Amino acid sequence: MLTKRVIVCLDVRAGQVTKGVKFQGNVDLGDPVEYARRYYEQGVDELVFYDITASAEQRSLFIDVVERVAAEIFIPFSVGGGIRDVDTMRTVLLAGAEKVSVNSPAVRNPEIITAGAEAFGAQCIVVGMDAQKVETTKAIPSGYEIVIDGGRTPTGQDALAWAIEAESRGAGEICLNAIDTDGVKQGYELTITRMVSDAVGIPVIASGGGGTPQHLIDAVTTGGADAALIASMVHYGDYTVGSIKADMAQAGVPIR
Amino acid sequence: MNVVIIDYQAGNVTSVQRALASLGVESCITPDPNVVRAADRVIFPGVGAAASCMANLRSTGLDQALHDVVNAGTPVLGICVGMQLLFSHSDEDGGVECLNILPGTVKRFQPTDQQLKVPHMGWNPVTFSEGESLQTETVLTPYYFVHSFYCSPTDESLTVARSEHGIEFCAGVRRDNLVAMQFHPEKSGPAGLRLLQRFVEGT
Repeated sequence: MLTKRVIVCLDVRAGQVTKGVKFQGNVDLGDPVEYARRYYEQGVDELVFYDITASAEQRSLFIDVVERVAAEIFIPFSVGGGIRDVDTMRTVLLAGAEKVSVNSPAVRNPEIITAGAEAFGAQCIVVGMDAQKVETTKAIPSGYEIVIDGGRTPTGQDALAWAIEAESRGAGEICLNAIDTDGVKQGYELTITRMVSDAVGIPVIASGGGGTPQHLIDAVTTGGADAALIASMVHYGDYTVGSIKADMAQAGVPIR
Repeated sequence: MNVVIIDYQAGNVTSVQRALASLGVESCITPDPNVVRAADRVIFPGVGAAASCMANLRSTGLDQALHDVVNAGTPVLGICVGMQLLFSHSDEDGGVECLNILPGTVKRFQPTDQQLKVPHMGWNPVTFSEGESLQTETVLTPYYFVHSFYCSPTDESLTVARSEHGIEFCAGVRRDNLVAMQFHPEKSGPAGLRLLQRFVEGT
Protein backbone atom coordinates (compact mmCIF):
# COMPACT_ATOMS: atom_id res chain seq x y z
CA MET A 1 0.00 0.00 0.00
CA LEU A 2 1.23 3.42 -0.96
CA THR A 3 2.56 5.29 2.08
CA LYS A 4 1.62 8.85 3.00
CA ARG A 5 4.42 11.31 2.34
CA VAL A 6 5.95 13.89 4.65
CA ILE A 7 7.37 16.72 2.57
CA VAL A 8 9.61 19.47 3.92
CA CYS A 9 9.54 22.86 2.22
CA LEU A 10 12.59 25.10 2.19
CA ASP A 11 12.29 28.75 1.18
CA VAL A 12 15.51 29.85 -0.47
CA ARG A 13 16.69 33.42 -0.87
CA ALA A 14 20.13 34.37 -2.19
CA GLY A 15 21.30 30.78 -1.78
CA GLN A 16 20.20 30.56 1.87
CA VAL A 17 17.28 28.90 3.63
CA THR A 18 15.16 31.73 4.90
CA LYS A 19 12.07 32.16 7.03
CA GLY A 20 9.68 35.06 7.04
CA VAL A 21 9.20 36.48 10.52
CA LYS A 22 6.39 38.91 11.28
CA PHE A 23 7.55 42.56 11.40
CA GLN A 24 11.19 41.50 10.98
CA GLY A 25 11.39 40.54 7.35
CA ASN A 26 13.35 37.40 6.60
CA VAL A 27 15.90 35.60 8.72
CA ASP A 28 18.50 33.44 7.00
CA LEU A 29 18.77 30.01 8.57
CA GLY A 30 21.65 28.46 6.63
CA ASP A 31 22.79 26.37 3.69
CA PRO A 32 19.91 24.61 1.88
CA VAL A 33 22.08 21.60 1.09
CA GLU A 34 22.87 21.14 4.80
CA TYR A 35 19.18 21.32 5.63
CA ALA A 36 18.31 18.93 2.82
CA ARG A 37 20.90 16.42 3.99
CA ARG A 38 19.66 16.59 7.56
CA TYR A 39 16.05 15.88 6.53
CA TYR A 40 17.20 13.18 4.11
CA GLU A 41 18.99 11.43 6.96
CA GLN A 42 15.87 11.80 9.11
CA GLY A 43 13.86 9.98 6.44
CA VAL A 44 11.93 12.76 4.73
CA ASP A 45 10.00 11.46 1.70
CA GLU A 46 10.36 14.48 -0.52
CA LEU A 47 11.64 18.06 -0.47
CA VAL A 48 10.40 21.30 -2.00
CA PHE A 49 12.71 24.22 -2.68
CA TYR A 50 10.92 27.48 -3.12
CA ASP A 51 12.80 30.34 -4.74
CA ILE A 52 11.47 33.46 -3.07
CA THR A 53 13.67 35.80 -5.08
CA ALA A 54 13.09 37.11 -8.54
CA SER A 55 16.31 38.70 -9.71
CA ALA A 56 18.31 36.97 -12.40
CA GLU A 57 21.46 37.14 -10.32
CA GLN A 58 19.90 35.29 -7.39
CA ARG A 59 18.25 32.90 -9.81
CA SER A 60 21.62 31.48 -10.74
CA LEU A 61 22.46 31.04 -7.06
CA PHE A 62 19.23 29.10 -6.73
CA ILE A 63 20.03 26.83 -9.69
CA ASP A 64 23.39 26.17 -8.08
CA VAL A 65 21.55 25.03 -4.93
CA VAL A 66 19.36 22.69 -7.00
CA GLU A 67 22.44 21.13 -8.62
CA ARG A 68 24.20 20.65 -5.29
CA VAL A 69 21.11 19.06 -3.74
CA ALA A 70 20.73 16.70 -6.71
CA ALA A 71 24.32 15.53 -6.30
CA GLU A 72 23.81 14.55 -2.67
CA ILE A 73 20.16 13.79 -2.00
CA PHE A 74 18.61 10.71 -3.60
CA ILE A 75 14.93 11.29 -3.07
CA PRO A 76 12.55 13.27 -5.27
CA PHE A 77 12.41 17.01 -4.87
CA SER A 78 10.49 19.76 -6.56
CA VAL A 79 11.18 23.39 -7.24
CA GLY A 80 8.77 26.30 -7.11
CA GLY A 81 8.84 30.05 -7.32
CA GLY A 82 9.49 32.12 -10.40
CA ILE A 83 8.48 29.40 -12.85
CA ARG A 84 6.57 31.09 -15.64
CA ASP A 85 7.40 29.18 -18.80
CA VAL A 86 8.57 25.87 -20.21
CA ASP A 87 12.17 27.10 -20.55
CA THR A 88 12.43 27.82 -16.83
CA MET A 89 10.90 24.42 -16.11
CA ARG A 90 13.53 22.79 -18.31
CA THR A 91 16.35 24.64 -16.52
CA VAL A 92 15.36 23.39 -13.06
CA LEU A 93 14.56 19.87 -14.25
CA LEU A 94 17.94 19.61 -15.96
CA ALA A 95 19.57 20.90 -12.78
CA GLY A 96 18.18 17.78 -11.11
CA ALA A 97 14.70 18.57 -9.79
CA GLU A 98 12.05 15.88 -10.21
CA LYS A 99 9.11 18.21 -10.51
CA VAL A 100 8.25 21.86 -10.90
CA SER A 101 5.53 23.69 -9.04
CA VAL A 102 3.58 26.53 -10.64
CA ASN A 103 1.14 28.72 -8.76
CA SER A 104 0.15 32.28 -9.79
CA PRO A 105 1.50 32.00 -13.36
CA ALA A 106 -0.76 28.96 -13.88
CA VAL A 107 -3.82 30.96 -12.80
CA ARG A 108 -2.89 33.82 -15.13
CA ASN A 109 -2.03 31.48 -17.99
CA PRO A 110 -3.40 27.95 -17.47
CA GLU A 111 -1.85 26.92 -20.78
CA ILE A 112 1.50 26.63 -18.97
CA ILE A 113 0.21 23.49 -17.23
CA THR A 114 -0.58 21.77 -20.53
CA ALA A 115 2.65 22.94 -22.13
CA GLY A 116 4.70 21.65 -19.20
CA ALA A 117 2.89 18.31 -19.09
CA GLU A 118 3.38 17.83 -22.82
CA ALA A 119 7.06 18.69 -22.65
CA PHE A 120 8.02 16.74 -19.52
CA GLY A 121 5.11 14.50 -18.56
CA ALA A 122 2.25 15.18 -16.16
CA GLN A 123 4.18 13.65 -13.25
CA CYS A 124 6.61 16.60 -13.45
CA ILE A 125 3.97 19.30 -13.07
CA VAL A 126 2.71 20.25 -9.63
CA VAL A 127 0.06 22.96 -9.53
CA GLY A 128 0.35 24.93 -6.31
CA MET A 129 -2.72 26.85 -5.24
CA ASP A 130 -3.49 29.23 -2.38
CA ALA A 131 -7.07 28.98 -1.17
CA GLN A 132 -8.88 31.35 1.17
CA LYS A 133 -12.20 30.79 2.92
CA VAL A 134 -14.92 33.19 1.70
CA GLU A 135 -18.70 33.45 1.62
CA THR A 136 -20.26 30.84 -0.61
CA THR A 137 -21.53 32.55 -3.76
CA LYS A 138 -22.63 31.48 -7.20
CA ALA A 139 -19.15 32.16 -8.53
CA ILE A 140 -17.48 30.44 -5.59
CA PRO A 141 -19.73 27.52 -4.65
CA SER A 142 -17.06 25.70 -2.63
CA GLY A 143 -16.64 28.70 -0.33
CA TYR A 144 -12.90 28.79 -1.04
CA GLU A 145 -11.38 31.33 -3.38
CA ILE A 146 -8.08 31.16 -5.21
CA VAL A 147 -5.73 34.00 -4.25
CA ILE A 148 -2.48 34.67 -6.07
CA ASP A 149 0.74 36.65 -5.66
CA GLY A 150 1.47 35.11 -2.29
CA GLY A 151 -2.05 35.64 -1.02
CA ARG A 152 -2.31 39.33 -1.94
CA THR A 153 -4.60 39.13 -4.97
CA PRO A 154 -8.05 37.51 -4.83
CA THR A 155 -9.08 36.12 -8.22
CA GLY A 156 -12.81 35.50 -7.81
CA GLN A 157 -12.10 31.93 -8.92
CA ASP A 158 -13.42 28.89 -7.07
CA ALA A 159 -10.64 26.78 -5.55
CA LEU A 160 -12.36 23.46 -6.13
CA ALA A 161 -13.16 24.30 -9.74
CA TRP A 162 -9.57 25.40 -10.30
CA ALA A 163 -8.21 22.14 -8.87
CA ILE A 164 -10.42 20.17 -11.25
CA GLU A 165 -9.34 22.35 -14.18
CA ALA A 166 -5.66 21.97 -13.25
CA GLU A 167 -6.06 18.20 -13.37
CA SER A 168 -7.83 18.29 -16.71
CA ARG A 169 -5.07 20.50 -18.11
CA GLY A 170 -2.43 17.93 -17.24
CA ALA A 171 -1.24 18.56 -13.68
CA GLY A 172 0.26 15.47 -12.06
CA GLU A 173 -0.25 16.66 -8.51
CA ILE A 174 -1.84 19.48 -6.54
CA CYS A 175 -0.25 21.29 -3.63
CA LEU A 176 -3.11 22.92 -1.78
CA ASN A 177 -2.07 25.72 0.54
CA ALA A 178 -4.68 27.25 2.83
CA ILE A 179 -3.97 30.93 3.38
CA ASP A 180 -6.03 31.15 6.58
CA THR A 181 -4.09 28.44 8.38
CA ASP A 182 -0.66 29.05 6.84
CA GLY A 183 1.95 29.96 9.42
CA VAL A 184 -0.50 29.67 12.32
CA LYS A 185 0.46 26.09 13.25
CA GLN A 186 -3.08 25.26 14.30
CA GLY A 187 -3.61 22.50 11.79
CA TYR A 188 -4.35 22.18 8.09
CA GLU A 189 -7.61 23.40 6.52
CA LEU A 190 -9.25 19.99 6.39
CA THR A 191 -12.50 20.98 4.68
CA ILE A 192 -11.06 22.22 1.39
CA THR A 193 -8.33 19.58 1.52
CA ARG A 194 -10.99 16.85 1.65
CA MET A 195 -13.09 18.53 -1.05
CA VAL A 196 -10.18 18.74 -3.47
CA SER A 197 -8.85 15.30 -2.64
CA ASP A 198 -12.24 13.74 -3.29
CA ALA A 199 -12.77 15.68 -6.51
CA VAL A 200 -9.49 14.94 -8.31
CA GLY A 201 -7.83 11.69 -9.32
CA ILE A 202 -4.27 12.96 -8.85
CA PRO A 203 -2.35 13.16 -5.56
CA VAL A 204 -3.00 16.13 -3.26
CA ILE A 205 -0.46 17.65 -0.86
CA ALA A 206 -1.91 19.47 2.15
CA SER A 207 -0.02 22.65 2.98
CA GLY A 208 -0.32 25.45 5.51
CA GLY A 209 -0.90 24.96 9.21
CA GLY A 210 1.19 21.96 10.22
CA GLY A 211 2.31 22.47 13.84
CA THR A 212 2.12 19.05 15.47
CA PRO A 213 2.28 15.43 14.27
CA GLN A 214 -1.47 15.16 14.93
CA HIS A 215 -2.04 17.87 12.32
CA LEU A 216 -0.31 15.74 9.69
CA ILE A 217 -2.29 12.69 10.77
CA ASP A 218 -5.51 14.71 10.38
CA ALA A 219 -4.45 15.98 6.95
CA VAL A 220 -3.95 12.49 5.51
CA THR A 221 -6.95 10.89 7.25
CA THR A 222 -9.79 13.41 7.70
CA GLY A 223 -8.38 15.62 4.94
CA GLY A 224 -7.80 12.70 2.59
CA ALA A 225 -4.47 14.13 1.44
CA ASP A 226 -1.72 11.95 0.01
CA ALA A 227 1.04 14.02 1.57
CA ALA A 228 1.52 16.80 4.09
CA LEU A 229 3.93 19.67 3.74
CA ILE A 230 5.79 21.11 6.71
CA ALA A 231 8.44 23.77 7.25
CA SER A 232 9.01 25.59 10.53
CA MET A 233 7.98 22.54 12.58
CA VAL A 234 11.31 20.97 11.72
CA HIS A 235 13.46 24.00 10.82
CA TYR A 236 13.68 25.13 14.43
CA GLY A 237 14.19 21.70 15.89
CA ASP A 238 10.78 21.42 17.58
CA TYR A 239 10.37 18.07 15.83
CA THR A 240 12.42 15.82 13.61
CA VAL A 241 10.99 14.21 10.50
CA GLY A 242 11.65 10.88 12.18
CA SER A 243 9.65 11.73 15.29
CA ILE A 244 6.72 13.01 13.23
CA LYS A 245 6.67 9.85 11.12
CA ALA A 246 6.90 7.67 14.22
CA ASP A 247 3.80 9.37 15.63
CA MET A 248 2.00 8.94 12.31
CA ALA A 249 2.87 5.26 12.22
CA GLN A 250 1.67 4.92 15.81
CA ALA A 251 -1.68 6.34 14.71
CA GLY A 252 -1.94 3.70 11.99
CA VAL A 253 -0.98 5.90 9.03
CA PRO A 254 1.06 3.94 6.46
CA ILE A 255 4.40 5.68 6.28
CA ARG A 256 7.84 4.82 4.97
CA MET B 1 33.88 -1.41 -15.11
CA ASN B 2 32.22 0.25 -18.06
CA VAL B 3 28.73 1.32 -16.92
CA VAL B 4 26.62 2.84 -19.67
CA ILE B 5 23.36 4.76 -19.24
CA ILE B 6 21.24 4.86 -22.37
CA ASP B 7 20.27 8.38 -23.42
CA TYR B 8 17.25 8.45 -25.69
CA GLN B 9 15.79 11.86 -24.86
CA ALA B 10 13.53 10.35 -22.21
CA GLY B 11 13.63 12.64 -19.25
CA ASN B 12 16.42 13.25 -16.86
CA VAL B 13 18.99 10.47 -17.14
CA THR B 14 21.54 12.42 -15.11
CA SER B 15 19.86 11.48 -11.82
CA VAL B 16 20.97 7.87 -12.33
CA GLN B 17 24.49 9.05 -13.07
CA ARG B 18 24.54 11.22 -9.93
CA ALA B 19 23.37 8.31 -7.79
CA LEU B 20 26.11 6.08 -9.22
CA ALA B 21 28.70 8.83 -8.68
CA SER B 22 27.76 8.97 -5.00
CA LEU B 23 28.69 5.27 -4.87
CA GLY B 24 32.05 5.99 -6.49
CA VAL B 25 30.89 4.41 -9.76
CA GLU B 26 31.74 6.26 -12.95
CA SER B 27 29.26 5.97 -15.77
CA CYS B 28 28.80 7.20 -19.29
CA ILE B 29 25.55 8.60 -20.70
CA THR B 30 25.31 7.85 -24.40
CA PRO B 31 22.90 7.77 -27.34
CA ASP B 32 25.44 5.70 -29.36
CA PRO B 33 24.35 2.05 -29.98
CA ASN B 34 27.95 0.88 -30.33
CA VAL B 35 28.96 2.36 -26.99
CA VAL B 36 25.99 0.50 -25.50
CA ARG B 37 27.12 -2.77 -27.13
CA ALA B 38 30.59 -2.39 -25.60
CA ALA B 39 29.29 -1.88 -22.04
CA ASP B 40 29.88 -4.15 -19.03
CA ARG B 41 26.64 -2.93 -17.46
CA VAL B 42 23.74 -1.20 -19.19
CA ILE B 43 21.18 0.97 -17.44
CA PHE B 44 18.02 1.75 -19.42
CA PRO B 45 16.19 4.51 -17.54
CA GLY B 46 13.21 6.47 -18.69
CA VAL B 47 10.64 9.04 -17.87
CA GLY B 48 8.14 10.02 -20.49
CA ALA B 49 5.56 8.77 -22.90
CA ALA B 50 5.94 5.36 -24.54
CA ALA B 51 5.31 6.52 -28.12
CA SER B 52 8.00 9.22 -28.21
CA CYS B 53 10.44 6.98 -26.33
CA MET B 54 10.01 4.16 -28.84
CA ALA B 55 10.33 6.57 -31.76
CA ASN B 56 13.63 7.84 -30.35
CA LEU B 57 14.95 4.31 -29.74
CA ARG B 58 14.13 3.28 -33.31
CA SER B 59 15.52 6.38 -35.00
CA THR B 60 18.86 6.01 -33.19
CA GLY B 61 19.20 2.23 -33.56
CA LEU B 62 19.23 1.87 -29.78
CA ASP B 63 16.33 -0.61 -30.07
CA GLN B 64 18.60 -3.12 -31.86
CA ALA B 65 21.46 -2.39 -29.46
CA LEU B 66 19.19 -3.30 -26.53
CA HIS B 67 18.28 -6.61 -28.17
CA ASP B 68 21.99 -7.23 -28.80
CA VAL B 69 23.17 -6.59 -25.23
CA VAL B 70 20.36 -8.68 -23.77
CA ASN B 71 21.26 -11.57 -26.12
CA ALA B 72 24.98 -11.15 -25.41
CA GLY B 73 24.39 -11.67 -21.70
CA THR B 74 25.39 -8.19 -20.57
CA PRO B 75 23.70 -7.27 -17.28
CA VAL B 76 20.93 -4.78 -18.15
CA LEU B 77 18.82 -2.81 -15.66
CA GLY B 78 15.60 -1.18 -16.90
CA ILE B 79 14.01 1.53 -14.77
CA CYS B 80 10.39 2.73 -14.91
CA VAL B 81 9.54 3.46 -18.56
CA GLY B 82 12.76 1.60 -19.38
CA MET B 83 11.12 -1.48 -17.85
CA GLN B 84 7.82 -0.95 -19.65
CA LEU B 85 9.45 -0.59 -23.08
CA LEU B 86 11.01 -4.06 -22.77
CA PHE B 87 7.55 -5.59 -23.19
CA SER B 88 5.63 -6.34 -26.40
CA HIS B 89 2.99 -3.66 -26.27
CA SER B 90 1.91 -0.65 -24.25
CA ASP B 91 -1.62 0.71 -24.01
CA GLU B 92 -0.19 4.23 -23.56
CA ASP B 93 -0.68 6.85 -26.30
CA GLY B 94 -3.44 4.82 -27.95
CA GLY B 95 -1.27 1.72 -28.22
CA VAL B 96 2.46 1.41 -28.94
CA GLU B 97 4.50 -1.55 -30.17
CA CYS B 98 7.50 -1.80 -27.85
CA LEU B 99 10.81 -3.69 -27.87
CA ASN B 100 9.22 -7.12 -27.47
CA ILE B 101 12.18 -8.45 -25.50
CA LEU B 102 9.79 -9.72 -22.82
CA PRO B 103 6.29 -11.04 -23.64
CA GLY B 104 3.52 -9.05 -22.07
CA THR B 105 1.68 -5.76 -22.13
CA VAL B 106 1.70 -2.45 -20.27
CA LYS B 107 -1.65 -1.32 -18.86
CA ARG B 108 -3.01 1.74 -17.14
CA PHE B 109 -4.09 1.68 -13.51
CA GLN B 110 -7.90 1.73 -13.42
CA PRO B 111 -8.80 3.07 -9.99
CA THR B 112 -12.05 1.67 -8.68
CA ASP B 113 -11.67 3.52 -5.41
CA GLN B 114 -11.79 7.32 -5.36
CA GLN B 115 -8.94 7.39 -2.88
CA LEU B 116 -6.60 5.63 -5.31
CA LYS B 117 -4.70 8.28 -7.17
CA VAL B 118 -3.09 8.01 -10.60
CA PRO B 119 -0.21 8.64 -11.15
CA HIS B 120 0.83 6.14 -8.50
CA MET B 121 3.28 8.55 -6.91
CA GLY B 122 5.28 8.01 -3.75
CA TRP B 123 6.86 5.33 -1.61
CA ASN B 124 5.39 1.86 -1.70
CA PRO B 125 6.74 -1.34 -0.10
CA VAL B 126 8.13 -3.90 -2.56
CA THR B 127 8.12 -7.64 -1.97
CA PHE B 128 10.92 -9.43 -3.80
CA SER B 129 10.83 -13.05 -4.85
CA GLU B 130 13.00 -15.45 -2.91
CA GLY B 131 16.55 -15.37 -4.21
CA GLU B 132 16.28 -12.18 -6.29
CA SER B 133 19.77 -10.73 -6.15
CA LEU B 134 18.64 -7.08 -6.20
CA GLN B 135 16.91 -7.53 -2.87
CA THR B 136 19.35 -5.86 -0.51
CA GLU B 137 17.10 -5.15 2.47
CA THR B 138 16.25 -7.46 5.34
CA VAL B 139 12.90 -5.82 6.07
CA LEU B 140 9.99 -4.88 3.80
CA THR B 141 11.14 -1.56 2.30
CA PRO B 142 9.29 1.13 0.33
CA TYR B 143 10.82 2.43 -2.90
CA TYR B 144 9.84 5.54 -4.84
CA PHE B 145 7.38 5.08 -7.70
CA VAL B 146 5.91 7.53 -10.17
CA HIS B 147 3.91 6.01 -13.00
CA SER B 148 0.40 5.60 -14.39
CA PHE B 149 1.04 2.36 -16.30
CA TYR B 150 2.27 -1.02 -15.07
CA CYS B 151 3.68 -4.15 -16.72
CA SER B 152 1.70 -7.34 -17.07
CA PRO B 153 4.10 -10.12 -18.15
CA THR B 154 2.56 -13.05 -20.06
CA ASP B 155 4.90 -15.35 -18.18
CA GLU B 156 4.18 -14.87 -14.47
CA SER B 157 7.51 -16.39 -13.55
CA LEU B 158 9.31 -13.30 -14.89
CA THR B 159 7.94 -11.25 -11.98
CA VAL B 160 10.51 -10.94 -9.20
CA ALA B 161 9.09 -7.93 -7.33
CA ARG B 162 5.55 -6.98 -6.44
CA SER B 163 3.78 -4.00 -4.99
CA GLU B 164 0.16 -2.97 -4.48
CA HIS B 165 -1.91 -0.01 -5.60
CA GLY B 166 -5.53 -1.07 -5.59
CA ILE B 167 -4.34 -4.25 -7.25
CA GLU B 168 -1.13 -6.19 -6.83
CA PHE B 169 1.11 -5.23 -9.72
CA CYS B 170 4.45 -6.27 -11.12
CA ALA B 171 7.18 -4.00 -9.68
CA GLY B 172 10.13 -5.89 -11.11
CA VAL B 173 11.03 -8.58 -13.64
CA ARG B 174 14.07 -10.69 -14.38
CA ARG B 175 15.13 -13.01 -17.16
CA ASP B 176 18.73 -14.12 -16.69
CA ASN B 177 20.95 -11.05 -17.16
CA LEU B 178 18.02 -8.71 -17.82
CA VAL B 179 16.38 -7.14 -14.79
CA ALA B 180 13.99 -4.20 -14.56
CA MET B 181 12.25 -2.28 -11.81
CA GLN B 182 9.14 -0.09 -12.02
CA PHE B 183 10.32 2.12 -9.16
CA HIS B 184 13.24 4.56 -9.23
CA PRO B 185 16.22 3.21 -7.28
CA GLU B 186 18.07 6.46 -8.00
CA LYS B 187 15.37 8.33 -6.05
CA SER B 188 14.72 5.72 -3.37
CA GLY B 189 17.18 6.91 -0.77
CA PRO B 190 19.81 4.63 0.79
CA ALA B 191 17.90 1.42 -0.10
CA GLY B 192 17.77 2.46 -3.76
CA LEU B 193 21.49 3.21 -3.77
CA ARG B 194 22.19 -0.25 -2.34
CA LEU B 195 20.16 -1.79 -5.14
CA LEU B 196 22.15 0.12 -7.76
CA GLN B 197 25.39 -0.89 -6.10
CA ARG B 198 24.32 -4.55 -6.12
CA PHE B 199 23.49 -4.34 -9.82
CA VAL B 200 26.83 -2.78 -10.68
CA GLU B 201 28.77 -5.26 -8.57
CA GLY B 202 26.76 -8.07 -10.08
CA THR B 203 26.79 -10.32 -7.07
